[in-house]
Amino acid sequence: MEELKVDKHIQYILSIEKEKDSFMALTMEHLRMNGAYWGLATLDILQNIATVDQNEVISWIMSCWDEESGGFAGNVGHDPHLLYTLSAVQILALLNRLDILDVEMVSKYVSGLQNVDGSFAGDMWGEIDTRFSYCAICCLSILRSLDKIDVAKAVDYIVSCKNLDGGFGCTPGGESHAGQIFCCVGALSITGSLHHIDKDLLGWWLCERQCSDGGLCGRPEKLSDVCYSWWVLSSLIMIDRVHWIDKGKLTKFILNCQDCENGGISDRPDNAVDVYHTYFGVAGLSLMEYPGLKTIDPAYALPVDVVNRFFFPE
Amino acid sequence: MSSEEDDEWVPFSRRSEWSDVKPVPQDDGPHPVVPIAYADDFRETMDYFRAVYFSDERSRRALDLTSEAIAMNPGNYTIWHFRRLVLESLHADLNDELKFINSVASKNSKNYQIWHHKRWLAEKLGPEAAEKELEFTKNILSIDAKNYHAWSHRQWVLEALGGWENELDYCNELLEDDIYNNSAWNQRYFVITRSPLLGGLQAMRESEVSYTVGAILSNPENESPWRYLRGLHKDDPDLLAHNKQVSGVCLQVLSAKHDVVFALSLLLDLLRHGFQPSLEFCGVVDALRSVSPELSSDPASLAGSICSILETVDPLRSNYWAWRRSHLP
Ligand SMILES: [Zn+2]
Repeated sequence: MEELKVDKHIQYILSIEKEKDSFMALTMEHLRMNGAYWGLATLDILQNIATVDQNEVISWIMSCWDEESGGFAGNVGHDPHLLYTLSAVQILALLNRLDILDVEMVSKYVSGLQNVDGSFAGDMWGEIDTRFSYCAICCLSILRSLDKIDVAKAVDYIVSCKNLDGGFGCTPGGESHAGQIFCCVGALSITGSLHHIDKDLLGWWLCERQCSDGGLCGRPEKLSDVCYSWWVLSSLIMIDRVHWIDKGKLTKFILNCQDCENGGISDRPDNAVDVYHTYFGVAGLSLMEYPGLKTIDPAYALPVDVVNRFFFPE
Repeated sequence: MSSEEDDEWVPFSRRSEWSDVKPVPQDDGPHPVVPIAYADDFRETMDYFRAVYFSDERSRRALDLTSEAIAMNPGNYTIWHFRRLVLESLHADLNDELKFINSVASKNSKNYQIWHHKRWLAEKLGPEAAEKELEFTKNILSIDAKNYHAWSHRQWVLEALGGWENELDYCNELLEDDIYNNSAWNQRYFVITRSPLLGGLQAMRESEVSYTVGAILSNPENESPWRYLRGLHKDDPDLLAHNKQVSGVCLQVLSAKHDVVFALSLLLDLLRHGFQPSLEFCGVVDALRSVSPELSSDPASLAGSICSILETVDPLRSNYWAWRRSHLP
């Protein structure tokens, strides 16, 4: 069987940072914070985060912080958004530099986005989605500030997005989708509310997502894609049903999506690689305890030692 | 928009109306910048965007500039934010904006910012926008019937602005095109449980069961209608277990002997909730068992036999079915 090309993937991640001027880099400029999280988390799972200049990363992250609102933007000079605020907090956790944050201000930004029905908006413009519930809850939990929001209402809103198949959508009535399911299960897991989930029903729906090629897809009748290795697997682990899929076949599928020459992982075999799928592929392998990788926490999407560090500081 | 696709793109630095503005490059940190020619128009547009954004210039030309910047990079949420501020300050004609956003959305139908902008606009336009928005999502769904953003927008329009009248017919239409379309099944459930015109799940149950049974019989390997059938009896498994149409469709599919996974799985649920199988049921399950010679011939319970068959016919999920077997009452 093909092996994980650890060194090639490290090289690949380090090379993207240098390609700041490619067209891809320009159009992705606004979500550079997400990209940084995907890249750095990959390096950490591959036990190689020391290869980046941490001070440079940290000073860049802090220059994306909007003092006025307390949120982080996707890049310098852009508007703050919950998506990038979570990524920034996750990166600082990875680098063990949460101390640099004004926790009060950041949690004020996040809690200010909660609506009366318990849902969360992504930013001041009010787009609502269970993705943002996860971002808010995960972020505040890392900052140990969950008491700043109405957790019970946040949970109620997520539960109101539960569907007949046991899955969750973006808003009440929205179709079940593995990405949204990860967000909802993750938020319920972090808040100790997994009892709201029909684990057997959802577990079956999730394991039905494994396709004959071994990969996982996000919805019925969709093609398998490496990123769903993360969304589906992490959800299955959180509800304790991961043994219901064929891990051997999934591992093979992910390894087949590697660019063995230049590093990186693509969505499907023989497609172009990107940092997003590289992260989700490596993280998926970590969830399946692939040898040589750091174990990743399925709810926080951070290595377990990082999670332990912010919950049990020396 | 001030530049048409067939015209040569004129750099902002050579447009007289922009001569008073000093472009602001992206602050990327200490790395040296290596210019790449094909991205120059993009870069320059963004440099001018940053200039008006930082000076908070809410003018007509700033609005036009955001149109150009969005055309080049519709994913950049800061441009959208700024555009809304400008639109509000200028009290711009929202119907013009609707034309603009619909043309952008047709080309980029999987972009969060665009759909959010559409919603912001529709909210301002009010109930009169419902019909147009439903029509627009219908067009998007005619190209990609599972577009998650379009469905989400459509559900929002129905609940916030109305327009439920033809929604069940629309679901029928889509399912006629593709009975495997899970998004359309989801929308169907949304309509029968939430439409103010249909009387709710209870009123709709019987006719929906009949519709679903028909869908199952035409394609028994289709996961969606099987789940829908369960959803129609949500919170009332007894009702499911005692619905003759439901057990009937299981029997029919099992008798045909192919694509039996979902029928067996449902039968397993029915048994768990007190369904009393007739001899005919035991017979069809036995017949399925005998086609798999690797199954031992010891007389297990009916539910036990079902799990054994499932472990063989669905090997990818054999652990799941084995778990089901270990949890039989
Ligand atoms: Zn993907």
